[in-house]
Amino acid sequence: MTTTEWTVRAITRATLPLLLLLTLVEVGSGLVLGGFESTLLRSPALLVLVPVTIGTAGNLGSVLASRLSTALHLGLLAFDPESEVLVGNALATLGLAATVFPVVGAGAWLLAVLTGGARLPLVAVVRVAVVAGLALAALAVVVALAATYAAYRLGLDPDDVVVPVVTNVCDVLGVVVLFLTVRLLV
Amino acid sequence: MNDAFTPLAAALPLMSLGRVARDAYREALPALSASLVGGLLAGLVLGGMRSDLAAVPGLLVLVPALLATRGNVYSSLGARVATALHQGMVAPRLAAADDRLARACAAALANGLLASAFAAVAAFAALSVLPGTATPAPLSGLVAMALLAGALSGTTLTAVVVTAVFAGYRRGYDPDALVGPLVTTTGDVFGVAFLLVAVRAVRAAGLFGGP
Repeated sequence: MTTTEWTVRAITRATLPLLLLLTLVEVGSGLVLGGFESTLLRSPALLVLVPVTIGTAGNLGSVLASRLSTALHLGLLAFDPESEVLVGNALATLGLAATVFPVVGAGAWLLAVLTGGARLPLVAVVRVAVVAGLALAALAVVVALAATYAAYRLGLDPDDVVVPVVTNVCDVLGVVVLFLTVRLLV
Repeated sequence: MNDAFTPLAAALPLMSLGRVARDAYREALPALSASLVGGLLAGLVLGGMRSDLAAVPGLLVLVPALLATRGNVYSSLGARVATALHQGMVAPRLAAADDRLARACAAALANGLLASAFAAVAAFAALSVLPGTATPAPLSGLVAMALLAGALSGTTLTAVVVTAVFAGYRRGYDPDALVGPLVTTTGDVFGVAFLLVAVRAVRAAGLFGGP
């Protein structure tokens, strides 16, 4: 990034290919979303859940990826199941999900009630949010770890590549996991 | 596993593991909470778009791509500006903004528009080809909507990102730590809000075939 000259052409050449690739991946997740559009339109609370679940999943993954990348740069990270940095950060990710997703579910239900369209009971929406959230946190750990390891082995700049890739993969997983959870629980 | 169990040796790594986990948790929670609020607000707007989603097949398919484009393009712009501030290549004042900053913003806008139109074409193509999916709304309407939403949210996010990164830097915050939470929070809200504006405008213009 620091080596990129600041012209429209140079910046575009450096960022557009990955941007278009990630856009295609996100259209794929949109198609999954389209696959349960009728369920979402019937249950506004689930529709409210969509952006916040995607966003939170992407955030959990990107925070973990950037922490692991930094630890790797500093020589603090070993790819070893006994590594405290690794296990500690993974635990923190699960803890964050366990904290945040009950609030996500309750918030989505409340907003749907306030806008006059909650069809599902509070417990059902919170259950969907928490089950999807914990599954996503576990997946975010796997994805962030795999991407950091791949960047390390391939010598890629972790900030330029790992964080955007992990964020978008977690976005997509957010939609897929939400889809599966709704299929399973609603 | 704990054949040679001694309390002290077992406790030491656990204490340090606990500290790593606690620190990571504490550092991430504020930003995550901020983006949670942004995500819920975006969901509220999306919930209010049910009639548009039903009237414009393909709109929901575009939502993740358009929101992700905001995040990808403008966090990259923010990271670029933050790095330049760190290196003293850019002065943290809008009044002193030079051509280089203007070019970086123009590149972000152009890439954001290109990716938005690309998403509309890809979604249209996928829905046209894949069996068992809804027949999409007209391509011209989807592209017009994606471009309008991209232009509106792009100009707003460019202004928000540059202003906030400059202001944060002048007050002594690390601009790199500001960019991520800022873009994810405002990107979702503005992304969906301007998508609503754009779909209503394009529907009113009749590009989706009648109001």
